[in-house]
Amino acid sequence: MTPTAFVFRMAWREGRAGRRRLWLLTGAITAGVAALVAINSFTQNLRTAVAEQARALLGADLSINANRAFTPGVEALIDSLVAPDSALGRAAGRKARQINFAAMAYVPRTQGVRLVQVRAIEGGYPFYGEIATDPAYRWRALDTEDGVLVDPALLVALNARVGDTLALGNGRFPILGRILNVPGDVGVASAFGPRVFLPARAIPQTGLLQFGSRAEYTAFLQLAPGVAAQPIAEKYRQPLRRERTRIRTVEDDREDLSDALSRLGNYLGLVALVALLLGGLGVASGVHVFIKRKLDTIAVLRCLGATSAQVFGVYLIQALAMGVIGSALGAVLGVGVQQLLPMLFRDLLPVDVRVLPSPRSIALGMGLGIWVAGIFATLPLLAVRRVSPLMTLRRDVEPQKSGRDRLSTLCALLLATSVTGLAVIQVGDVRDGIIFSLGVGIALLVLWLAARGLIKGVRRWFPSRLPYLWRQGLANLYRPANQTVTVVLALGFGAFLLATLYLVQHNLLRQFRPGGSGSRPNLMFFDIQPPQLEGVVRVFAENGVTRPPVVPIVTMRIKAIRDIPVKPAAPGDTAEAEQPPSAEGRQRRDAGPSGWALRREYRSTYRDTLTATEKLVGGAWWGAGGRAAAAPYLVSLETGIADELGVKLGDEIVWDVQGAEIRTRVANLREVDWGRFETNFFAVFQGGVLEGAPQMLVTLVRVDSVEARGRVQRGMAERLPNVTVIDLSQIQEAIEGILDRGAVIVQFLAFFSLITGAIVLVGAVSAARAQRIREAVLLKTLGATRAQVLRILIAEYAALGVLAALTSVVLASVAGWALAKWVFESPFVLPAPALSGLTLLLVGLTLAVGLWNSAEILKRAPLAVLREE
Amino acid sequence: MLRSESLTQTYLSGGRPLTVLNDITFTLESGGFLAIVGPSGSGKTTLLGLLAGLDRPAAGRVELDGQDLGALSEDQRAQLRAAKVGFVFQSFQLIPTLTARENVQVPLELRGEPAEERAQELLDRVGLGDRADHYPAQLSGGEQQRVALARAFSIRPQILFADEPTGNLDAKTGATIITLMEELNREIGTTLVLVTHDHDLAARARRTIRLADGRIVEDTGA
Repeated sequence: MTPTAFVFRMAWREGRAGRRRLWLLTGAITAGVAALVAINSFTQNLRTAVAEQARALLGADLSINANRAFTPGVEALIDSLVAPDSALGRAAGRKARQINFAAMAYVPRTQGVRLVQVRAIEGGYPFYGEIATDPAYRWRALDTEDGVLVDPALLVALNARVGDTLALGNGRFPILGRILNVPGDVGVASAFGPRVFLPARAIPQTGLLQFGSRAEYTAFLQLAPGVAAQPIAEKYRQPLRRERTRIRTVEDDREDLSDALSRLGNYLGLVALVALLLGGLGVASGVHVFIKRKLDTIAVLRCLGATSAQVFGVYLIQALAMGVIGSALGAVLGVGVQQLLPMLFRDLLPVDVRVLPSPRSIALGMGLGIWVAGIFATLPLLAVRRVSPLMTLRRDVEPQKSGRDRLSTLCALLLATSVTGLAVIQVGDVRDGIIFSLGVGIALLVLWLAARGLIKGVRRWFPSRLPYLWRQGLANLYRPANQTVTVVLALGFGAFLLATLYLVQHNLLRQFRPGGSGSRPNLMFFDIQPPQLEGVVRVFAENGVTRPPVVPIVTMRIKAIRDIPVKPAAPGDTAEAEQPPSAEGRQRRDAGPSGWALRREYRSTYRDTLTATEKLVGGAWWGAGGRAAAAPYLVSLETGIADELGVKLGDEIVWDVQGAEIRTRVANLREVDWGRFETNFFAVFQGGVLEGAPQMLVTLVRVDSVEARGRVQRGMAERLPNVTVIDLSQIQEAIEGILDRGAVIVQFLAFFSLITGAIVLVGAVSAARAQRIREAVLLKTLGATRAQVLRILIAEYAALGVLAALTSVVLASVAGWALAKWVFESPFVLPAPALSGLTLLLVGLTLAVGLWNSAEILKRAPLAVLREE
Repeated sequence: MLRSESLTQTYLSGGRPLTVLNDITFTLESGGFLAIVGPSGSGKTTLLGLLAGLDRPAAGRVELDGQDLGALSEDQRAQLRAAKVGFVFQSFQLIPTLTARENVQVPLELRGEPAEERAQELLDRVGLGDRADHYPAQLSGGEQQRVALARAFSIRPQILFADEPTGNLDAKTGATIITLMEELNREIGTTLVLVTHDHDLAARARRTIRLADGRIVEDTGA
């Protein structure tokens, strides 16, 4: 038996008796580890699923895609890629096509109308994977029948069934079946526009896809056996970009998707990490109380000759053992919770996920749990070094204060570093990890200050006129060994998280709700060809809608800025030609005009007035009389795009308006509120320039009743089938649906923080139980009734709950406001009823846990306890 | 075995230094049996604490088995105690979470020695062989003090410090404890240092140092 063995044996024996108390330390860690294991395992499952299903996601080896019909050059390339090459002994590949465009679908039988995404397909798409239909195996029917397969959501929306006739433009098609699953598609996307699959050869029947209609063209290639897709993609990526055409491979998809899903999982994991860190706080406070109770034993051990390191070891091992047990339980629980996640993520993911336990995530979760338990236990445990053996002789010996303790400082530093480290590891991004740690730190600091403030405040301004019972309850908040700080921190933080999430969600959703004035438009009509305008107005008139203002739209690109021609994307220009820049892209803005802004397609308009959603911030508006005389004509830019382009007032821009060059000068800059359901433009031209250019018209109206909205849409679908109608209420529903789904997932994970908070509360309450029972018994002996003792407890826990709730709600409001202002750039309101509800809920929870744990206090008869003394 | 040189201890009391021990000097031979007596507040327990190295003096020095305690760190003193010193306390100070046998094992295990058989032997010796698996709370005061004695003697200490060992016991039980201590003192040759205000007990010691107001007022061995 070595002295080290003594430490282990002693830890085991000591833990044997204190197990009940240590359980709570265990529990504090469990919820956090469970959440971490669940979300990280699920992320791992996602990654595996993407790797396995990548080919089916694309449905081909290679896809080539553009927002307009392919140029002859691209067509030639496609043909060459699938052509057999007898010189190389290469067999022929295969090609398939898909054209996507928005259209109105109309079912005459039910009179249902809905904006849909038409996917016109041709060839053997998909080459890999299956598209499941109901009735089964109807996918291949599109090869021979001019019918459609539709999303189940469309049948519900149109009140239609398989076998009905669906009108698309001028075409009439039988509904052959429902699409159950398209690999690579996210289920919720159908909320914006249900998918309708149509054979491409039937497009002419619809009469849709006229000039100016937006459509996306994709070619899917299956390469000959033995031909690798990736080198082809690398070779043609840059040349194709010049043609505004993208090429993608299975590998591209796999990487992008895997990255995106991993990032999503990592950030969700942060929410779980918060629960674990709160558990760490619970451990720290639990160990603190535990050590206080063990002072006698520690003093005896010191007296008998145990070194401070040995004593420290005895208790650290116990804490670590609890960490191990708590983490193991958490891992088991986490694997269970993981089974629930696919339900929460349903329709949000482009892959089918098989839920399997991930050994790596389990090991990581347990490791983090043990580490957090150890590091958070160490700080309060350092106090055992200062327990004097003299305490065995005199009870009143204070633990030696050695002033500034270098080891404690070091330990605190290690704790802060490791929390940051954990966050960085979890997010996989140093900056975000540090920001997260800082945020958590600040929130905890504020909660801590609030708790300290409460203790001091109650003490200083003690409400001495309150009845005795309330005074006694409040006095418990600052009595020695009180748990006020711990409870406020743990419960408050959980509540803070939930409240912040709720506020963000609420404010994001609110933006999409129609304003209270009732005058904002809720139907948008676009793709109106100028000759069709009178027809549109007639449909409006028949339904009592007055003629609305009409906005012309002209598509164009930038040819030159300040006479410097816009070059096609150069090699090394990482920004995708047609994609808005990512956050990093925006940061590089100072470096010069962004490729995205230079090369995108602009849909501009011309008018004489500013709209309600615009504000002039620089230069002068041309006014109603300002008809254009000669080039350069006047143009107005939105401030954001002007920044992206690096353009100032007075600069000249040459536009390529479908072949015609138009020279303009930037006359003024506008700030635009893009959040409103209105037509807004990056570039607005003065009148008298674009009137002759090919254009289409857009108009917005407000129709209040659901029936009237239906009638207008039906009228349009029957008579002007190429006119697309967006119903704001449908968009709003779709966005709400997606945000709600996302919020549920985050809240589900945040809920673990609240559970941890409750466990820590239970721990705090039971830590003080012995003392409470003694007090309660004393009070009872002195003649207090059970009701009176109960009231004391209620006063205390109500005060704790109110403080934790109020602090967290205030903190969440500030955080929510900051997020709205700087991250989401949206206005912010406080939903008072919901926050009051949360406050009440938290107070209720605190009271419930506190009183439930105190049941014994009320039950115990005075004599029984006095005998135990 | 034990030398105390000009030992002085002061505490801060209400902001003012209060001298509780003043210039205590004596030497105790190996195998001796010393009783430190005096009224409450005379500094007996403070002296015991200093002699055993549980505290540091304000001035003066203590030599335990030739070692200057002042030259040792807290942990080195602990190791010295583990090697050579036994303790018996007024309030027994058994570790409540350990059984009687485990309590006796602790000092042995701290030294890394085999403990279980020896602990059982010692418990047999103090007449508690059949109570080895009981927890302190299940034992009477006298029984607890016997376990504490077994613990103190488990390492065959060269010196045993006892602070009012009979203070919490009735006279008869107290007498048994003292008899046991004397027997062990004879068998192992352990030096005994006893703080007490029990005159009968003090009378059994071979030497008595009487303290009053922190000073030695009588030393029968000087």
